[in-house]
Amino acid sequence: MASEAHGAEEGGLVFHPMDQFIVKPLFGDGPIAWYTPTNVTLWMGLAVLAIIALLVLSTSKRAIVPSRGQSIAELAYGFVYKMVEDVAGKDGVKYFPYIMTLFMFIVCANFLGLIPMSFTTTSHIAVTVVMAMAVFLTVTILGFYLHGASFLKLFWISSAPLALRPILALIEVISYFVRPVSHSIRLAGNMMAGHAVIKVFAAFAAITAIAPLSVLAITAIYALEVLVSFIQAYVFAILTCVYLKDALHPHH
Amino acid sequence: MEGDVVQMGAYIGAGLACTGMGGAAVGVGHVVGNFLSGALRNPSAAGGQTATMFIGIAFAEALGIFSFLVALLLMFAV
Amino acid sequence: MATETHSATGDGLADAVGVDTHAAADAAPGMPQLDFSSFPNQMFWLVVTLVVIYLVLTRVALPRIAAILAERQGTITNDLAAAEDLKAKAVEAEAAYNQALADARTEAQAIVAKAKAEIQADLDVAIQKADAEIAAKSAESEKAIAEIRAGAMDSIKVVATDTAAELVAVLGGKADDKAIGSAISDRLKG
Repeated sequence: MASEAHGAEEGGLVFHPMDQFIVKPLFGDGPIAWYTPTNVTLWMGLAVLAIIALLVLSTSKRAIVPSRGQSIAELAYGFVYKMVEDVAGKDGVKYFPYIMTLFMFIVCANFLGLIPMSFTTTSHIAVTVVMAMAVFLTVTILGFYLHGASFLKLFWISSAPLALRPILALIEVISYFVRPVSHSIRLAGNMMAGHAVIKVFAAFAAITAIAPLSVLAITAIYALEVLVSFIQAYVFAILTCVYLKDALHPHH
Repeated sequence: MEGDVVQMGAYIGAGLACTGMGGAAVGVGHVVGNFLSGALRNPSAAGGQTATMFIGIAFAEALGIFSFLVALLLMFAV
Repeated sequence: MATETHSATGDGLADAVGVDTHAAADAAPGMPQLDFSSFPNQMFWLVVTLVVIYLVLTRVALPRIAAILAERQGTITNDLAAAEDLKAKAVEAEAAYNQALADARTEAQAIVAKAKAEIQADLDVAIQKADAEIAAKSAESEKAIAEIRAGAMDSIKVVATDTAAELVAVLGGKADDKAIGSAISDRLKG
């Protein structure tokens, strides 16, 4: 039934809004093995190149008075560094490279995904789940490693009335395990939703009567998506910092 | 014919799931509106709390994204 | 599936735009995100990407940016210190200038006072001298006047005696010199 729903008879749409997310091999049409270079590979590689261009090439002059590119690199550095320091605390600073890696990858992948005809790697749940699970496992293991069993006090809110504590503990445990789910689906869902909506409006542009309206709508949503691309990367990074803070200081 | 009924149900469910996004919209608006009214009362303290606001937005919005996901699953994957 | 009208529109649009619809979508399930066959591929390339980014950041980018920021901080601190130095120097120079100005002013005042004192002394001497001269002259004049007056008195006495003797003689009297002299002395005193 699922495949049936995507025949040429799809209601009203010239192309399917989800087609842009299909993972295709770069060369040929063969099955996708784990090592096949696909469009995922291409756009992740481009993200790496963008990060290298932004953070390495632009700073190669090491100018005291920065050029435009260098000041972007410095801004990104200062932004993430301050975020880690503010949210996770002074002892969270040594995990700054990990958070910077995640943030730069997500930001670059999101912005590259906004190029027309491109492929948004961060719109795939597989990608975001790997990142969110990595964060979740790291933070959990780190918490137990640093604090041992007393890390469990994170769920036992000692400031609450005694009678409420078991219930609160249950809620806290559930919300703790929902973290990776919401963490990953938030990013993937935001990117997917925005791109799908743009595609839906793009399909409406084929109808002459409403084409101008649809182009206007695409423009507006595109602007929103530029904003969302950055905010989602920021939110992903800042939530990582919040989780890290819980692992470093589990006592409320 | 039977498949059509199932699909109709799925589409109606998808539409209903979209009402959850309205809740997320209300939540996000509430968070930002309260932040703004607090920030206008005490502008000096606002700068330090922007991160907190974004965390709040993220939590409120995640639930809207869940309903969107349910809608998409009903549309395409059921 | 969707209604007949919709599918007709869809076909028409597809024809109009000339898009080859869903050659790929037919193969994939509804949401490409839930196509589990592509998951290992994505995860593998994601891990490769993240590791590459991590290595690039930790080996090259972050140390370099940190060095640049530290260097800039250092430069700014040095410049601030230099500016502070220059400011201190300027304050010092201003103090020296003010000192010189004050010195010059006191010196000028001293010179003025000295000059004034000298002039005063000269003036005093001159006034004294002039006073002395004036006093001498006036004493001389007084003496001369007294002499003249004494001379005049004697002359008057002689003239009066003579005149009185003549008058007495003319009137036919016998001039008694002694009586005339005492009368004239009485009159002149009176």
